[in-house]
Amino acid sequence: MAKKRIVLTFPPTLVGQPITYHLVKDYDLMMNILRGVVTPNEKGQLVVELVGKQKALAEGINYLKSLGVETQSLAHDIKWHEDKCTHCTACIPTCPTQAMSVNRDTMEVSFIKEHCIACELCVSVCPFKALEIQF
Amino acid sequence: MPKTIKEINEKIKKGNAVVVTAEEIIDIVAEKGTKKAAKEVDIVTTGTFGPMCSSGAYFNIGHTKPRIKLGGGTCYLNDTTCYTGLAAVDIYIGATAVQEDDPKNSVFPGVFKYGGGHVIEDLVEGKSVVLRASTYGTDCYPRKKLETLISLRDMNEAVLFNPRNCYQNYNIAVNLSDKVIYTYMGTLKPHLGNANYCSAGQLSPLLNDPLYKTIGIGTRIFLGGGEGYVVWQGTQHNPGVKRKKNGLPQTPAGTLAVMGDLKQMSSEWLRGASFTGYGSTLNVGIGIPIPILNEEIVKYTAVKDEDITAPIVDYSKAYPEVVPGSVGEASYAQLKSGSINISGKEVPTGGISSYSKAVKIAQLLKKRITSKKFYLTEPVALIPSVKSGINFKLLNERPVKRK
Ligand code: SF4
Ligand code: SF4
Repeated sequence: MAKKRIVLTFPPTLVGQPITYHLVKDYDLMMNILRGVVTPNEKGQLVVELVGKQKALAEGINYLKSLGVETQSLAHDIKWHEDKCTHCTACIPTCPTQAMSVNRDTMEVSFIKEHCIACELCVSVCPFKALEIQF
Repeated sequence: MPKTIKEINEKIKKGNAVVVTAEEIIDIVAEKGTKKAAKEVDIVTTGTFGPMCSSGAYFNIGHTKPRIKLGGGTCYLNDTTCYTGLAAVDIYIGATAVQEDDPKNSVFPGVFKYGGGHVIEDLVEGKSVVLRASTYGTDCYPRKKLETLISLRDMNEAVLFNPRNCYQNYNIAVNLSDKVIYTYMGTLKPHLGNANYCSAGQLSPLLNDPLYKTIGIGTRIFLGGGEGYVVWQGTQHNPGVKRKKNGLPQTPAGTLAVMGDLKQMSSEWLRGASFTGYGSTLNVGIGIPIPILNEEIVKYTAVKDEDITAPIVDYSKAYPEVVPGSVGEASYAQLKSGSINISGKEVPTGGISSYSKAVKIAQLLKKRITSKKFYLTEPVALIPSVKSGINFKLLNERPVKRK
């Protein structure tokens, strides 16, 4: 199984179409929506994680493109350098997915990579360069 | 029966001093009451780890051959500006000094990747830094240029000397405007997007001795991983602010000036920090032992996050324009829960000072005391308190008459 995190931007005409259904049925792909904004009559944006066979992933993405969906892969990852982190919690209110989270008893932070959508919002917020973009 | 510091030191020496952290004392007092707690506990250890801009270090780098007089010249450590207005080979570097070619905020918001705080961190880590200086020659100091690698081992003295640390309580920073702002309290999102605070609350040294009854000039402390001393009240020390019945200040109040041998310190407890759009600074780890001399003092140390409140201040307008007043207040217990309520809105909170590091400092200091590596000192003088009449004032600008 392969995983790919991508940002999908689709035109208003596609909102309401059974795209996910086709991805599942025709390409055997699982789609986890990590973040999304869909406003009627405007462009919709979704950050998704697609899970499936390598070949099906590529075909699925081509299918999306053929529908007029712009796809952009989240090529880079965010790395949390635990040794540099002082557990100040400054990044916590910035992180939209709670990938950076706090144990409220110990006030220690941790990074859950699976939740990170690489939005990079936390990077400039960390005073200790503990959050880094990795290309 | 009140205790003396001398008696407590005797107990440390014998190995039977009872030392607990400022977190642990809360339950002890709740369980046993102040009278019994004061009798049983000898020392409460506190801790804090946060950015403290009024920090820096001075060095005597040793004389060169032939001699050079840096005083009156310019000097950089890793391209970061040092202060040279001292004798021939004494220099000072401040935490907020920036590198010579740093674009600062001309490309907004600036990143301030490396500054004085980072130089200090690199030095305590044992690294060599580049010292570059140029000056004018004199008959006794003929040399005009110097470029060398230098580490703490090469220096005669390396002393951390911080004019203002350990703020007793602090503001909670919010942004009421409609655009992101970049402050020393971190990045603040518009329309109350987040609320950032900066204090160790119930673990913070001066919140455990709110009226400065034990912490004074000469108090030995944990400083940056080594040992240091309180040498004066800090700049902007403002003891006369509004307080609650238990002596707790409701706004930023007292501060401390501290110093200690940089050569003993470690980069775990002295860390350079970069605040986007604001500047670079130094995170300082400080732990202060509070001798439980009597029941009154133990009562102060039992302070809880729930009891300590801080004012919520708008950093988009009120802070820069010095408009008095606040948007409200919140307790450290609320702040640490992850969100606070500001006029009906749930606002997520972020820290600037690290509570978990503060816990570690208090525990480390406790361990040093119980393992007889750290003894208490008697302050030679206490720092000005509520009745001193000291009030922090704004600058009264006066017009300069030009001829
Ligand atoms: S990049 Fe940072 S802010 Fe964005 S989701 Fe990942 S951890 Fe959270
Ligand atoms: S802002 Fe940086 S140092 Fe602070 S908790 Fe987040 S990752 Fe750690």
